[in-house]
Amino acid sequence: MNNKLGDQTIIFNNKPRIISNYSIVGEKEGNGNFKDYFHYILKDDLFGEKSFEHAEQKMLQFAIEHSIKNANLKINEIDLIIGGDLLNQIISASFTARHFDRPFLGVYGACSTMAESLAIGSAFVNGGYFNNVVCATGTHFSTAERQYRFPLELGNQRPPTSQWTVTGAGSSVLSLNGTGHKITKATLGKVTDYGIKDVNNMGAAMAPAAMSTLISHFQDTKTTPDDYDLILTGDLGKLGSEILMDLMEHNGYKLGKNYNDCGQMMFNNNQKTFQGGSGCGCSATVLNSYVLKKMDEGVFKNVLFAATGALLSTLSSQQGDTVPGICHAVVIERDESKKENKK
Amino acid sequence: MKKEKHLSRNEQYNIYVEAKIPKTKSFPSLIYSFLVGGVICMIGQGINDGLMAIFPTMGQEEANSWMLIILIFIASLLTGLGWYDRIGVFAGAGSIVPITGFSNSITSPAVEFKKEGIIFGLCVKMFSVAGPVIVCGLVISFITGIIYLFF
Repeated sequence: MNNKLGDQTIIFNNKPRIISNYSIVGEKEGNGNFKDYFHYILKDDLFGEKSFEHAEQKMLQFAIEHSIKNANLKINEIDLIIGGDLLNQIISASFTARHFDRPFLGVYGACSTMAESLAIGSAFVNGGYFNNVVCATGTHFSTAERQYRFPLELGNQRPPTSQWTVTGAGSSVLSLNGTGHKITKATLGKVTDYGIKDVNNMGAAMAPAAMSTLISHFQDTKTTPDDYDLILTGDLGKLGSEILMDLMEHNGYKLGKNYNDCGQMMFNNNQKTFQGGSGCGCSATVLNSYVLKKMDEGVFKNVLFAATGALLSTLSSQQGDTVPGICHAVVIERDESKKENKK
Repeated sequence: MKKEKHLSRNEQYNIYVEAKIPKTKSFPSLIYSFLVGGVICMIGQGINDGLMAIFPTMGQEEANSWMLIILIFIASLLTGLGWYDRIGVFAGAGSIVPITGFSNSITSPAVEFKKEGIIFGLCVKMFSVAGPVIVCGLVISFITGIIYLFF
């Protein structure tokens, strides 16, 4: 049986389901647009730990534990944990995984890691290799800031194109057994580089990657943007989203009201994040809170979740290299056995 | 139009993005930085005059040195308390250019990297922001000194 469509898309005929999910965010995110949707909001960005790195690990652990608990599973019933983050050598995900004593795959796709994890996890579950797979990613504003930018207390100004790394972690449990929304397809993206060098303008660097993946997806699956209730990119931010809409229109696809971006939606205008949120935690928390809850309610039935990532390091940007981007997309279809509860 | 045809895809994209990015509003930024920078300088002058009034024997130069030390201390303290970066957000160059900005650029990495240990964290990273300023300052003053010596 051929489970591949076109060039870059794979189909999951057995329909792996997201049987449970969990999101945890920092205080600033908790004051943003989705404050009523997150499962847990931190009161203290350190989460009772002695460093922000430890806080990031604790958030991930907390999200994974609670998503497993919500699925009525025990930790030893989980066959595989897939996760990633933004820190060097993805320490947050692997250090967190040592608490679980279960097989672990660390993946890195910068801020696209959640979609990448879901695609890999769905393939394992669909293929019958594993029954229950946990996909989790997380980031912390303060750890990302010190790794990529300046010390927190430095009195510098952020440029207007910059984005705010989201403090948060999201976790989803995938399985063939149980109820939940189905992951039906995934389009794996290509590394795309349109020559943007400004590390403070991630949206512009990632937008061409999002365009590439979305166009491939529409061509592979013979669908159009109108076939989805929601097309959601990861963290292009306001500027990146506008660029993506321009690029798509240039290529004959019109992204309408059903298009949005997690980074753009995360914060409200008073929070002065300029272009919006970013980081693995951004798409992971929005997916595992707002999007899945709205799917429960029946507001969205067919979602194209296309998380985007900028594949740079501090070293590459200091050596004057451009910023390549990547975007992976998964299609999530509503579980119609759930009662509709449109507001 | 004809010229644009020779541009590569990436060059065209960069031109397009450049035109699209929001610009910093320079007029309000100038006002804020002027006001905050001015206030910092007034505080400095106040400390200077105050010192000279309290200690009549103190000369202008000595009072100057003490004033700088006090300003540096205040800025470090504010950095440690987490307030200086908030001033910087709207003041911009107004809080970076005076000596308080230099103090902030040394204290902030020291606070930030303390967790990586005293030697490899604090001591190594302390000059990660201010280092280039010190190096360039030394080189330029060396060159200036040489020129001054011969001419």
